[in-house]
Amino acid sequence: MESPPVPGPDTLQRWLLDMAVIRRVEELAQGAYQQRKIRGFLHLYIGQEAVAVGSHAALRKDDVVVTAYRDHGIALARGVSARAVMAELYGRSTGVCKGLGGSMHMASAEHHIYGGYGIVGGHVPLGAGAALAFQYRGESRISLTFFGDGASNQGAFFEALALAQLWKLPAIFVCENNRYAMGTSVERSSYLTDMSRRGDGVGMVRWQFEAYDPVVVYENIAKAAEHARSGAGPVILDAQCYRYRGHSMSDPGKYRSAEEVAEYRKRDPLLLTADRLLAAGVSQERIDAILAEADAIATESVSFADASPEPEARELYDHTYVEGT
Amino acid sequence: MSVLQMREALRRAMNEEMRRDERVFLMGEEVAEYNGAYKVSEGMLKEFGARRVIDTPIAENGFFGLGVGAAMAGIRPIVEVMTWNFSLVAYDQVINNAAKIVQMTAGQYRCPIVFRGPTGAAENLGSQHSQSLESIYAHFPGLKVVSVSTPRDAVGLLKASIRDDNPVVFMESELMYGLKGEVPDEEFIIPLGVADLKRAGDDVLLVTWNKSVQTCLAAAETLAAEGISAAVLDLRTIRPLDEEALYQHAARIGRVVVVQEGFPFAGVGAEIVARVQEAVFDSLDAPVVRVTNRDVNQPYATNLEKLVLPGPDRVVETVRNLLRR
Ligand SMILES: Cc1ncc(C[n+]2csc(CCOP(=O)(O)OP(=O)(O)O)c2C)c(N)n1
Ligand SMILES: [Mg+2]
Repeated sequence: MESPPVPGPDTLQRWLLDMAVIRRVEELAQGAYQQRKIRGFLHLYIGQEAVAVGSHAALRKDDVVVTAYRDHGIALARGVSARAVMAELYGRSTGVCKGLGGSMHMASAEHHIYGGYGIVGGHVPLGAGAALAFQYRGESRISLTFFGDGASNQGAFFEALALAQLWKLPAIFVCENNRYAMGTSVERSSYLTDMSRRGDGVGMVRWQFEAYDPVVVYENIAKAAEHARSGAGPVILDAQCYRYRGHSMSDPGKYRSAEEVAEYRKRDPLLLTADRLLAAGVSQERIDAILAEADAIATESVSFADASPEPEARELYDHTYVEGT
Repeated sequence: MSVLQMREALRRAMNEEMRRDERVFLMGEEVAEYNGAYKVSEGMLKEFGARRVIDTPIAENGFFGLGVGAAMAGIRPIVEVMTWNFSLVAYDQVINNAAKIVQMTAGQYRCPIVFRGPTGAAENLGSQHSQSLESIYAHFPGLKVVSVSTPRDAVGLLKASIRDDNPVVFMESELMYGLKGEVPDEEFIIPLGVADLKRAGDDVLLVTWNKSVQTCLAAAETLAAEGISAAVLDLRTIRPLDEEALYQHAARIGRVVVVQEGFPFAGVGAEIVARVQEAVFDSLDAPVVRVTNRDVNQPYATNLEKLVLPGPDRVVETVRNLLRR
């Protein structure tokens, strides 16, 4: 298999911007949550940005992505605007799901995101199902399903793997192994901690990789995508990553040490990318300008969300059923 | 008397029963080292150790089913589910195994297990995390279904549930874990199947349970200011239903409103309406009506969420209309 082309400085600058937007949007969302402008559950993706951005770069536009509730970063990386994400968090009619979905359910048909899903593991069969449709219609599209280390213990996940491999579906399953499921470390929730090994039982192609650097993510997902797209069957990957914040806003994260978090911050996706840019001769000023641009995009998304109207009460029943059939 | 929070009351019941009976143990996600997602089991790992307070991976279908098998083998699990929404991935174990084992084996086996956790909407949790699932458990003979509204009831009813030799589905509420109430200091049990009149009244009977008891008490206050005297009957146990208390109060008062969270269609309220009119039709002055969630999946946006849930205003409005008839 050929290695994918190495991304040049222009590409890397775009990825840095995309990752910085994700981070800033989430930091501002955290602030809005503290002011009770955003409510409910808010699961921040901060620390895992390389996975979303590197994966997106390795996919085609019309490939389908499915994920769980830690979904803002994935929606943004896939091209959903910061405005539409923030407005959804605010529960406004301008949100990506018109304020009906919320933080955990960011779907965008335009961007081929089936959404974020709140029942751990319950969404994994959907990714396999999208791949079934592609195979059925003879299309060259693939699906990429993200799930957590915690989700790797769910029945729906295991069954989806079994079917995907049996039918050689064009699907990639990526465990965002951030080492924790709420307060439970991966060592306490699973005998095997490389979740790609879940594929062994069904004979699926699998490997593990470190997912802190978007270039590395890109290379690995591109390799898996090529395999799945070729008709050779699905792939399961364990992408080692880390979340800096608690599980959700209500989790103080006492189950891990400050030293541990600091250790992972040394492998920060934004830092690693900035280092790559500096090494390629891009100036620090240029990098700062990218970060400032990200801040401006995120800040504007907050004003937009704040000024957006709530959904209309008369629309309450509009989407219970598809009408006219 | 002591004033306890709901979470402390539940904990007290479990602690007392685990001290009393070595066979009783607690198992669920985050119950041990994290001290419970809602801190219900705080300190229990410390007192009872990891043999009796067991953290599980996110594998409900697995650990619900293991609980059933363990109960058949003679130990007495309390299985905590983080919210009842997540029990749906394990529904098969409760319905096809737990509920049926006694009858299928002609009483050779028993299934003394308690499944407990919060039900109903909290705030802005969206479609998959806001469901009230009493009715889909109460549907099945062989299961007992308890749904509590006060710390005192939580102590007495959880202790009774743990001592029961049948599988018990025990429902709490995310929004009530901090609710405070007086609890007798001496040990006490509240038998399953006994409703409780939470407020006396003569003009209308509000039949309810769980968080909606608060809704009804608030509505009764408002109605009292208008000269309408509303009684509030807390069913406490949905199965077995305290039909005697229900019919007696319904017949005496003549006007009945069932107030429940959750969907109206085939909900517990529908069952109560059917039974009350079958039993005491001649004593009724008006049709028995329901105040429930609107018949639509829970939207995330705050304004829509408020429209969907059955708040005190809708109860008051319904009662006013009923009395005008
Ligand atoms: C079936 C089910 N069980 C429990 C939960 C509660 N819950 C939500 S997220 C979570 C942890 C999941 O961890 P992981 O899969 O590693 O994903 P991460 O949060 O790390 O992204 C749990 C237990 C749920 N949403 N669904
Ligand atoms: Mg995780």
